[in-house]
Amino acid sequence: MKYYDKLIFELSRPGRSGYSLPSQEKFSSPEKWLADSFPASGKKTSSVAADGAATDEHFSAKRSCISAATPKALLRAAELPLPEVSEVDVVRHYTNLSQMNFGVDTGFYPLGSCTMKYNPKINEEIASMPAFTGLHPLQPAETVKGALEVEKSLDKALCAITGMKSFTFLPCAGAHGELTGLMLIREYHLARKDFARTKVIVPDSAHGTNPASANVCGLEIVEVKSNSRGLVDVESLKPLLGPDIAAIMMTNPNTLGLFEKEIGEIASLVHSCGALLYYDGANMNPLVGKVRPGDMGFDVLHLNLHKTFSTPHGGGGPGSGPVGVGEKLLPYLDNVHTSGFHGNFGVMLRAYAYILMLGRENVKMVGPLATLAANYVKESLKDAYKLPIDSVCKHEFVFDGLINDGGHDDVHGATTLDVAKRLLDYGFHAPTIYFPLLFHQALMIEPTESESLETLDSFIDVMHKIAEEAAEDPRILQGAPHNTPIGRPDETAAARQPVLKY
Amino acid sequence: MLERVGLCDLDGLYSDVPKDYIYKGEYDLPAAMSEQQVRDFFEKLGEKNTKLKVLAGQGAYDHYVPAVIPYITSRSEFLTAYTPYQCEISQGTLRYIFEYQSMICRLTGLDVSNASMYDGPTAAAEALRMSLACTRKKNKLVVSTRLLENVLKVIRTYMKYGTAELVFTDDVMSAIDADVAGVIVPSIGRHGIIQDHSGLAEAVHAAGALLIEYCDPSALAVLRTPAEWGADIAVGDGQSLGIPLCYGGPYVGFMACKQEYMRKLPGRIVGQAHDAEGKRCYVLTLQAREQHIRREKATSNICSNESLMALWVTVYLSLMGPEGLRKVNELSFEGAHYLHDRLLETGKFEEAFPGKPFLKEFCLKPLVNMEKLQQALLDAGFFAALEVDGYASFCVTEKHGREELDALVNVVKELAI
Repeated sequence: MKYYDKLIFELSRPGRSGYSLPSQEKFSSPEKWLADSFPASGKKTSSVAADGAATDEHFSAKRSCISAATPKALLRAAELPLPEVSEVDVVRHYTNLSQMNFGVDTGFYPLGSCTMKYNPKINEEIASMPAFTGLHPLQPAETVKGALEVEKSLDKALCAITGMKSFTFLPCAGAHGELTGLMLIREYHLARKDFARTKVIVPDSAHGTNPASANVCGLEIVEVKSNSRGLVDVESLKPLLGPDIAAIMMTNPNTLGLFEKEIGEIASLVHSCGALLYYDGANMNPLVGKVRPGDMGFDVLHLNLHKTFSTPHGGGGPGSGPVGVGEKLLPYLDNVHTSGFHGNFGVMLRAYAYILMLGRENVKMVGPLATLAANYVKESLKDAYKLPIDSVCKHEFVFDGLINDGGHDDVHGATTLDVAKRLLDYGFHAPTIYFPLLFHQALMIEPTESESLETLDSFIDVMHKIAEEAAEDPRILQGAPHNTPIGRPDETAAARQPVLKY
Repeated sequence: MLERVGLCDLDGLYSDVPKDYIYKGEYDLPAAMSEQQVRDFFEKLGEKNTKLKVLAGQGAYDHYVPAVIPYITSRSEFLTAYTPYQCEISQGTLRYIFEYQSMICRLTGLDVSNASMYDGPTAAAEALRMSLACTRKKNKLVVSTRLLENVLKVIRTYMKYGTAELVFTDDVMSAIDADVAGVIVPSIGRHGIIQDHSGLAEAVHAAGALLIEYCDPSALAVLRTPAEWGADIAVGDGQSLGIPLCYGGPYVGFMACKQEYMRKLPGRIVGQAHDAEGKRCYVLTLQAREQHIRREKATSNICSNESLMALWVTVYLSLMGPEGLRKVNELSFEGAHYLHDRLLETGKFEEAFPGKPFLKEFCLKPLVNMEKLQQALLDAGFFAALEVDGYASFCVTEKHGREELDALVNVVKELAI
């Protein structure tokens, strides 16, 4: 990766442009254009498109252009200082920018809770087919039969994999799915005139979006503690349950990568108090082909198609967070309109293509192989990194920093941040750091099923090497990264005096 | 690998899962397809869709997509990265988001933009929520019924579970009182009419409320900007900036605001920084606003944005420049007014809003049966004449030439009154 300094605005030169638009007379078909526009055809190009009726005289002067036809008070007074650049400027600039980026296609990306699995290329081809990209979202059903079939078949496939009854595809991301799911829960209670249920229970290990989604949905958050084994403490949960609880939001396996084995008891306790169970599908990957949330008693869930179903993360979106419901919430599925049209259809196409290539026989291997990879890395590294809860994990696990951080006398030890930054030097993306909040030096690793044994081994080697470096001289890590386009930025200064535009 | 983890088979990895929950049934899925089968399958599926010329809008616009955009956005360094948590190896993503924010500020005239939202309608709902957060102890939101139908739907859904009182009205000015926190109006109404907001910002601000304008960003190249109207927040859908229709998504919502509300703006924001050597670089900033810091106190739960679609918009605006975007508007305007007048000449329509200014989208009052009109157009390969409040809505962009417009008019001519 090499450092490239420019912003597109800095390439701008007055009068330069990168577009090609037709003038009104160039509106004719290519065939007609070829027939009429050679010098020998003797026709004036300006009249090519005009077949008698359609002449420019149609426009009286007062309607000839926007400024003549529109009251000045409604028009833009300010200049529009967009960059003025040629096509090749644009292509080179963004190609240069891309070369300062690390993606799944660049290398191993063990970002915990994000399921950075490989994104098959055929899915991109499918999603760019003009037969789908050209469809207007309000077209009548009989003209979009193919698109509707994709939605219906994907719905059916996701139901098969999760044990739910039906999905809505409106949510555009995981957090958006959480919000949609909580709205469905509210619909359910409101329809039953059970107005007192305004609280939602969220474990302390939950993703940060859970409490935020609940708050946005007008629900009060009640936190339930984890026990020493990293699981929801059932005894602490019991006194929280009552007629004011709308739901509990669970992530299973949780963010420590541990399966909430008491989910059966939790489900029956929650249901018997009249509340519902929400399943945060961010961690669905290890259960694919093995365990179905619907069978564990969950009433509603969201999936992240951009995690579990291999659609690319796009630098932070577009994602897709379809919400699946069981019997109880089925009647309310059409009541919540959480996005403008039908959700991120382009993402749905990719996910469906992935499922078709995976097929019935291979779907059973997704969860087990992802889980095997995580356990292999965990067992290989627990001699150098603190493993607070030593048990079989699912798709991810959490270390609590280095066992020997190299700190002594006046030398500070290497932190999780330092380990993460040093990994960048060795050509790996860093794991998720400082989450979950249960440990101070959390380092959350999720390898996914995409990776070969060789890739996992080389990651393990590098993690050991970093641990050795830390023990020897933590400053090597503290100064990292050394080989990236930029070093660690001063984020505090950036936040204190924000520069948010050119 | 199993040996390293001390197990003899893969089932051992699930020893912590109660046996009852291990799924023993057959998954109701088809057997695995080869890549070629998948391609054939989707090609056949695509053929089940009808290829139509789209002369309808209502929130999704068929503008021309330059070839450069998908070429750039499909570069896997952009496509397969995630949220730029590790800024040292994410300068590509961070830089284009910074450029995107800058372009949105220039289009809207406002000071600060976030890194994007899911789509226009959700951005509108989030802006209303933001107006509540910016104005303490106020609880009323005024929503113009001239907004697109799908924007109204999403606002209703988002607000249903909160405590704010919603007032839907065609006449926002008379609904403003001291209890109002936010007022949202469109820059172009659902009937295509360019809105005149004279005096509105003054009235809204006098009541201590925030003015939110919902805009078509493409049209902002020519229309009075939200900042010029005195709006505090601008939102809308970036789809009209070079993003394909794609049956409704992925699109991208944008949101910009005045400086004073910066710390209430939801979503990711990228800011400029410097590393120890003084190299200019970019980072996710002002994160104290976000849900992973504030958890239950967050006013928004938005986390992922629509980053790749923001790149889509950034590349589009770079290619177009100020002149290109203006030309898109002029060509669309010219085509729309041509079609408007030709359709009136057929005698099958009456003017719906005589003398009202419009750009690319307009409504006519049909004198023929609406369903027959729509069906005749569909049969001739046109998706047009969308019903909006009993009117027929049309939309023309720079993609549609005279030949195409004349062909549409000829279909209408043949209809019996």
